[in-house]
Amino acid sequence: MDAFFNTLNNFFLIGLPYIALVVFLIGSIRRYTDTKFKFSSLSSQFLEGRQLFWGSVPFHMGMLFLVFGHLTAFLIPRGVLLWNGHPARLILLEVTAFIFGIAVLIGLVNLIYRRITSPRIAVVTSKMDYAILSLLLLQVITGLWVAYSFRWGSSWFASVLTPYLWSIFSLQPDITAVAAMPWVVKLHIVGAYSIVLLIPFSRLVHFLVVPLDYIWRPYQQVIWYWPRKEVRKAWTPWSIKRPLNN
Amino acid sequence: MDVRAQISMVFHLDKCIGCHTCSIACKNIWTDRKGAEYMWWNNVETKPGTGYPTKWENQEVYKGGWEKRNGTIALKGAGKKKGLLNIFHNPNLPVIDDYYEPFTYKYLDLIESPAADDQPTARPVSLITGKPIDIKMGPNWDDDLSGTPDYARQDPNLENLSPAEQEAMFQLERMAFFYLPRICNHCLNPACVASCPSGAIYKRGEDGVVLINQQVCRAWRMCVTACPYKKSYYNWHTGKSEKCILCYPRIEAGYAPACMHSCVGRIRYLGVVLYDADLIEGAASSDTDNLVDNQLNMLLDPFDPRVIQAAKENGVADSTIKAAQYSPVYKFVKQWGLALPLHPEFRTLPMLFYVPPLLPVMASLSEQNTRQGEKMDPIAKFWPDNWLYDTSTEELWGTIDQARFPLKYMANLFAAGDEAKVKAVLKKLMAVRIHRRGVTVGDIPPEKVEQAMREAGLDADTAEEIYKLTSLAKFDERFVIPPAHREQAIEMLEFTGDTKGSVGFGFKEKPQRGL
Repeated sequence: MDAFFNTLNNFFLIGLPYIALVVFLIGSIRRYTDTKFKFSSLSSQFLEGRQLFWGSVPFHMGMLFLVFGHLTAFLIPRGVLLWNGHPARLILLEVTAFIFGIAVLIGLVNLIYRRITSPRIAVVTSKMDYAILSLLLLQVITGLWVAYSFRWGSSWFASVLTPYLWSIFSLQPDITAVAAMPWVVKLHIVGAYSIVLLIPFSRLVHFLVVPLDYIWRPYQQVIWYWPRKEVRKAWTPWSIKRPLNN
Repeated sequence: MDVRAQISMVFHLDKCIGCHTCSIACKNIWTDRKGAEYMWWNNVETKPGTGYPTKWENQEVYKGGWEKRNGTIALKGAGKKKGLLNIFHNPNLPVIDDYYEPFTYKYLDLIESPAADDQPTARPVSLITGKPIDIKMGPNWDDDLSGTPDYARQDPNLENLSPAEQEAMFQLERMAFFYLPRICNHCLNPACVASCPSGAIYKRGEDGVVLINQQVCRAWRMCVTACPYKKSYYNWHTGKSEKCILCYPRIEAGYAPACMHSCVGRIRYLGVVLYDADLIEGAASSDTDNLVDNQLNMLLDPFDPRVIQAAKENGVADSTIKAAQYSPVYKFVKQWGLALPLHPEFRTLPMLFYVPPLLPVMASLSEQNTRQGEKMDPIAKFWPDNWLYDTSTEELWGTIDQARFPLKYMANLFAAGDEAKVKAVLKKLMAVRIHRRGVTVGDIPPEKVEQAMREAGLDADTAEEIYKLTSLAKFDERFVIPPAHREQAIEMLEFTGDTKGSVGFGFKEKPQRGL
């Protein structure tokens, strides 16, 4: 029996993350280079706008906070532990994160309800959308469960999960501490890997192309097919290195 | 001086008969695909009317275009801050019901239904869900419905008209309307380009056509909000926005765009104008009173040696400069001052100009002006309620001054509310008619013709030219298309038939929806 659980742990906590990462990296790059046309957030607001507000906004806002929270604990665990040194700050952090988690849950439920009930939205819903939505729902429920029943997550994440995740990234996987975690936590971890695995095959790719460059690009864009200052010069047709056509 | 070339258009509204041939030509080539059925890159509206999408001109609702803020301009409903903050849910995005739910009919039922007591019917079905629907709206739902409370009286352009003026406009006997065909304006200060967070929309430098790169569009859908003319459409199936491409594959092959080529009334003109790109910002942010003037000032004289020199330095081809010199657009807009931009107050500097219609203005009621009525053609008096067009021309501008169609309404459409501008154009159109009547019928004393021409600011030669380009112009005079210079490899090198049913040119990936 122990051997069986060992195999399970090894597969889900060592094998799966590597599979997920490799598939995510290669899949996303290939999707971007080979099938750019499919790279879209596939917004359905045009078909239904009102219900979407109560789904999309809480979901995305909560998701932003939670992903950045997890990322912070992964990147600067000491900072998180230092912050949590004072109980008031710890509770503030935990409560805030929990509220954002609830926001994600509410948003997700609204999004799922909208997909199921609106006949127009059903037309633009793929099986992958349902897969992703159910995975996310599972993820946020286990996340809230973990946060509620195994306190205080922000602290033990920084001291237990961060070393585990780093061990994965440094190619020296060490799961002794994680293997001893409650099964809900493990489910949450496996859920996270599954989502990463599915990113290149779903509309989740849109988070990879968040249009932040919009902030510093000039408003107007004019594209010239030829460098216009060069194109009419007499020697241009005769030059060996011709101006490039973009 | 930063001289650039722009392919620009003129629509002569007096000639538009509202047949929608242009819309069909466009639809058959470009938007007969899933997700694009509701799009009409070219549509024809009845004015006064609510248009498509419903009341698109009301920017208090749709938040399109630019607005003046502290001396400079900013996008009304999009932009860097608003666009990124509203990216999860765009509060100013029109939904499909603002356009209409696309539909077809179950024609097969007519043939395949079993024998019964009743005649079989072809029920309408939604092209989105495939289920039977009750049709509530269509792209030209208010066609010819001037005066109706649901449509014509909801026209946003009536806002600045007094209730009395509105009432007068919609009296049954006086009712008038005209058609307003619309395509993308290929603006010089395009709001769609400025609003696109992923930078998918761009203006082609060589000819000024505004395009959406289908591979870069990520469905952030800000362009739909930002375009005040609502000429950027979201394809709900592919998750990409699409818009009029001015048939650039046709233009590059020397053909006129499909809508223009098919135009029955020959109302459309297309040609190159040279403009000074340094003046864009200033023109777009000028006071409302100067908007039209400043926009027209940007257009340069293609015969001016300095302009030609600067154009050459900027890589504008000789053939393009020559096309600009023969451009019917330049003649209508700059030389003759007959064409005005649609809704210049949106500040996008549209490059599609309209010759405002004289007909709904000219047709006047004689019963309110018996003195004029007596001077009408005898044939008109056959009619019991003699209210035919007043063609007597005894009163030179009487019909314009006492127009049954308030000039204010036209001014709201074409001159940001400046009646004088519209009036000047209408006077010129009228003067050309008076001149031609003097030539062909000869019942107008020459002094009268001269007076009309003087007051309108025309001379006989110009009037003759206007008449010729308006009424007699052949294909090559209406469409002066510069060669595409394939030797310089602008993107389109493919046969249009190969990519029929796909999303565009330049890539061979199937236009398949993402997962």
